[in-house]
Amino acid sequence: AFFWLVSLLLSSLIWFIAVKASDPRDESLQKGLLIFGVMFSVLLQEAFRFLYHKLLRKAIEGLVALSEDGCSPISIQQMAYVAGVGFGLMSGAFSMINLLADALGPGTVGIHGDSQLYFLTSAFMTMVLIFLHTFWGILFFHGCEHRRWWEITAVVVMHLAVSGSTFCNPLYVGSLVPSYLLMATAAAWAYLLSGGSAQNLRRFLLCK
Amino acid sequence: MITFMNNSDSEEEPCNERTSLMSAESPPVPSYQDGLQASEAGEVQAHRKRRTGRSRSPNNIADGDMSDSGVPVRESALENEEEELTLKYGAKHVIMLFVPVTLCMIVVVATIKSVRFYTEKNGQLIYTPFSEDTPSVGQRLLNSVLNTIIMISVIVVMTVFLVLLYKYRCYKFIHGWLILSSLMLLFLFTYIYLGEVLKTYNVAMDYPTLFLVIWNFGAVGMICIHWKGPLQLQQAYLIMISALMALVFIKYLPEWSAWVILGAISIYDLMAVLCPKGPLRMLVETAQERNEPIFPALIYSSAMMWTVGMAKPDTAARGPSQQMWDAAEDGREDHRSPSHTDSQMSETRSPVPTRPITSFEELEEEERGVKLGLGDFIFYSVLVGKAAATASGDWNTTLACFVAILIGLCLTLLLLAVFKKALPALPISITFGLVFYFSTDNLVRPFMDTLASHQLYI
Repeated sequence: AFFWLVSLLLSSLIWFIAVKASDPRDESLQKGLLIFGVMFSVLLQEAFRFLYHKLLRKAIEGLVALSEDGCSPISIQQMAYVAGVGFGLMSGAFSMINLLADALGPGTVGIHGDSQLYFLTSAFMTMVLIFLHTFWGILFFHGCEHRRWWEITAVVVMHLAVSGSTFCNPLYVGSLVPSYLLMATAAAWAYLLSGGSAQNLRRFLLCK
Repeated sequence: MITFMNNSDSEEEPCNERTSLMSAESPPVPSYQDGLQASEAGEVQAHRKRRTGRSRSPNNIADGDMSDSGVPVRESALENEEEELTLKYGAKHVIMLFVPVTLCMIVVVATIKSVRFYTEKNGQLIYTPFSEDTPSVGQRLLNSVLNTIIMISVIVVMTVFLVLLYKYRCYKFIHGWLILSSLMLLFLFTYIYLGEVLKTYNVAMDYPTLFLVIWNFGAVGMICIHWKGPLQLQQAYLIMISALMALVFIKYLPEWSAWVILGAISIYDLMAVLCPKGPLRMLVETAQERNEPIFPALIYSSAMMWTVGMAKPDTAARGPSQQMWDAAEDGREDHRSPSHTDSQMSETRSPVPTRPITSFEELEEEERGVKLGLGDFIFYSVLVGKAAATASGDWNTTLACFVAILIGLCLTLLLLAVFKKALPALPISITFGLVFYFSTDNLVRPFMDTLASHQLYI
């Protein structure tokens, strides 16, 4: 969570400087800058995920060196999961919490002609992002562990795609549907990587 | 202020039951304790203690594990094992400190966001005489710096005073001081707080009920903090007191002064704990020489061990003086505590505000718990509360400061495990918190607001 926060900080710093240095009245420029800010932020987040992975690697080595039986009390997969959850929670919290605070107060959604489904779609979008961050954490770490660069690039591309799809808002079908599809893909992929299989799933569902 | 690792050997000995918890593990304790009295064991003990220092594990589970591993460790003095145990329990201790710090912050933020009273400007304390309602920015900055200088010097003077009292063994004075300040905190501030909360929610309460509630709350608090009580109740009271104190600070410190004071006090903390002539360090060393625990009213301890069946004559004798020793210990451990205590004392114009007494006689060194000064709680909560109060009504800033402080606390505990001596808990967390506050408020907020208005997600 802390690492995500730092990446957010840096990316907003860049955006802020860019905005201050540009003409505030030029609408399309502002929009362009915003898009640039979003993409840059996504790239920074992934970079920080990578840095976090390196840090955790060192930590695991330390733990292994200290432990009695040569294996660390927490595996890298668990760390990947936790890292993903941390990223997701922080990102979700930052996206949602102001909305929630405003939702407590009086008001009408979309009174100025905006979409009336604003709160709902924000909630769904945040949820899908949190899940996605968790799965991306697992995929990313797995890719880093086994040196499969295509996995890492797949994660980055997915993230860019999801963020890019939100540019279609308020045409919600353009952003929510692809995001959920991507989430299902990422979920299945992460599940397979973590050692799951169709048999496991069936056994679990049938409570064997 | 200080996360302190107990170096004193007195920890092992004073298995006084200060509170009547924990009787399950008493049987193994005496033997272990006796064994520990052996000279070489003592060193290992001290070493182990030093390692674990402030950490105390939750009573029951750790007890069993510890006593088993205690004997071989004692004999072989395996540093590795100790280190490993330190690290293994280190994570547990981090969590054990996260929970109270989080709770304190939640209470403060919830109060700030809902009760108007604590964000209204109703005057300032005498320790910050310069007003900030000045026409020019430079003047305002100057005033806040002057306020800070006055506040810090008051804190330093009080800390030195406390150290002198401790050095010349004026335990009764210190003890009375602590009791008076905790009295004031528990009764007066609670009364004000309760009154404001009731006003906010428009709930009517008659005076007899109010008197009954406050009397019970205060009396139980006094007993819990200064004498014996269940561990969790003690911790709860300590958290509540810290929250109350933090709320007072948030209300009465003017804006810029508050930030400058936060920065200055973390620098002071760093110096007071680490410099050889720093008052807090002298307090710690004196207490260590005398093998006494620091004041219980000044620190929060995450775990306590006490044996019920240890009815030794010396422990009985130590009973009454234990309080003061604990208090002294707190002062030490907290390094910051005394300063905080001082500041608080100045604030409340009363004796040292009761800092949570966390000193528990560690029964065994296995019982590792981490101790954190109450002053640390208070200043963390002040930072987060100020962020909640003044950050343009933005929750992101509050959340960012919260995460920053917790990460700082993690790092401090990590350093504690590495250095194994008393460390100031303020500097890292407060630095992170301040950096994140200002950057989130000025940089991240416009970015996130723009994103949210277009419903873009990153």
